[in-house]
Amino acid sequence: MAAGCRFVAGYPITPSTEVVERIAQRFPLMGGTFIQMEDELASMAAVVGASWTGTKSMTVTSGPGFSLMMENIGLAAMMETPCVVVNVQRAGPSTGLPTMVGQADMMQARWGSHGDYELIALCPQSPQESFDLTIEAFNLSEEYRVPVLLMMDECVGHMTEKVVIPPAEQIEVRPRALTQASPSEFLPYQANGSWIPEFARAGDGYRFHTTGLTHDERGYPVMSAEVQEKCVRRLVEKIRRNADRIVRYEEDGTEDADVVVVAYGITARVAREAVDLARARGVKVGLLRLVVVWPFPEKHIRALARQIKAFVVPEINYGQIVFEVERCAAERAAVVPVSHGGGGVHDPERICEIILEVAA
Amino acid sequence: MSEQAAQAEVQVPEHPIAPYLRMDRIPHIWCPSCGIGTVMKCFATALEQTGVDLDKVAIVSGIGCTGRVAGYMKLDGFHTTHGRAIPFATGIKLGRPELLVTVFSGDGDLVGIGGNHFIHAARRNMDLLVILVNNFIYGMTGGQNAPTTPLKARSSTMPYGNFERPFNLPHLAASSGASYVARWTCLHTRRLKNAFVEAIRRKGFRFIEVITPCATLYARLNKLGTGLSLMRFYHDNAEVRHGEDTRNAGIGFQDQIICGRFLDREGPTFTDMMNQHYREFLGDKYVPLPPEGGLIRE
Repeated sequence: MAAGCRFVAGYPITPSTEVVERIAQRFPLMGGTFIQMEDELASMAAVVGASWTGTKSMTVTSGPGFSLMMENIGLAAMMETPCVVVNVQRAGPSTGLPTMVGQADMMQARWGSHGDYELIALCPQSPQESFDLTIEAFNLSEEYRVPVLLMMDECVGHMTEKVVIPPAEQIEVRPRALTQASPSEFLPYQANGSWIPEFARAGDGYRFHTTGLTHDERGYPVMSAEVQEKCVRRLVEKIRRNADRIVRYEEDGTEDADVVVVAYGITARVAREAVDLARARGVKVGLLRLVVVWPFPEKHIRALARQIKAFVVPEINYGQIVFEVERCAAERAAVVPVSHGGGGVHDPERICEIILEVAA
Repeated sequence: MSEQAAQAEVQVPEHPIAPYLRMDRIPHIWCPSCGIGTVMKCFATALEQTGVDLDKVAIVSGIGCTGRVAGYMKLDGFHTTHGRAIPFATGIKLGRPELLVTVFSGDGDLVGIGGNHFIHAARRNMDLLVILVNNFIYGMTGGQNAPTTPLKARSSTMPYGNFERPFNLPHLAASSGASYVARWTCLHTRRLKNAFVEAIRRKGFRFIEVITPCATLYARLNKLGTGLSLMRFYHDNAEVRHGEDTRNAGIGFQDQIICGRFLDREGPTFTDMMNQHYREFLGDKYVPLPPEGGLIRE
């Protein structure tokens, strides 16, 4: 709401439903519309449609619903529609553990919809960050015209902690930038040297066309390898080329570390405890917490790999982000996963033991 | 006369609906004797007749032959994912309530893969004009069975004839809660246009089914002749019965096609009910999303 979102379409799913319940309560009091759709396919389609009216839009879900939303997340990526999707991750696959924590949708967040595209995914580790990063997610989606995924997890989603909500005027909100071009000269997918085209919304006289088909600068479908290259290349490059500006992480004690623990979401908080335990036992260990997971902080991991002995990567899945770390480390440092199948968080002692092992 | 001079003398007058089309995309992809173009022409003529502000009209299609309409009409046009035109259009309508939002798509798209959205939007009486072009088959993918394929008709996935019962679409729409339900064939151009005019002026979930020939697949697979033969069939077998009970509107293979305005009832739309309810319940505290969109100017 503070980010300027005024349209939410959702479908109930544990453990995310509290969000839409709260929105259903608040939106009628503040000029927003909430609708409970018939399923997540429809929720995501409605979010993309509403965003084309310039109204900032969002949906909220968990694993099974996230799978259904993939279809229109791909459409949003192809049409370059700003929108936010919150996934409060539970353990899967399929119905899995509906009420219990997981972090196994991280690769689905990256390329869960078919075809090539890039988007942005953020991982909050606390209620405060859930607030802050939701605003950040909206701002990034406006800046890059992509769906931005807020990849929470059940623990962070159900956590009770103090949250400081600053006065509205102190919150930086990026409004929807509407093109100033006249309808006769406006082309909906002309990027004009930048990577991101200007936006016109429905109902302002531009009478533009947009499609999920491969399209040219007019938004018209063109079935050719040449136009595919131009159209999809830009979808990918607009994020890859701006990765340095988008990537965000926090680190502690990585400068002179022998071992670096890479973690995100709730697992970053558990890892913090493990790092403290290992330090007490004399290991030089740092923590790298990923705030933005996609795009991945490749450069930084590469740089760290030249300085350290090993990365330890705890996550609540059987190995997803660890493969990205491994790819970037390129055998310059060992990369050791610490898996947890979901339904709970790691025992910090277990992560600590691995840290001690790899440091030895 | 030189060839150049001959060319210079041929002046092609602009087609009356050219201003409603993206002429830089014509010729279209539809087959000779396909009926979709005729339906589009009737809709454009209806827009002209009603004089609605075209800047405030959005058109949303799904996937398939009819799905291309959103790309040919010079309106804010959205060619979306297969089956999701109705929920996408719902987002547009709720995001900017002042717009006239039209869904223009085929039978496979709207009531096959998109069937769930269709009945829910009708249940809500969502303020959408839904034009469904029914050619009894999946055209774009090459003639597969549709939820509208009549019993015994052949399709490429029912090579021995269809044994699945088809939907009676007017009845589906009416019983789900639509406010306006009509059916015409694309032979009935004047009445179809009039139905569009009528429906543009109504509110709520307005559903118009248009029976059209698919000569390339439906007629060929069923040995029904050309597109023209199908038009002749409509001429001989369509019966206009306004106000007919939609339970009687089912379509059998090469059987009578009942046409007409079956239902035209006033009733509150989703937005009407939402506004009325919140005003009753919340009083002055209710702040609706502005007609021109949420928070757009701040």
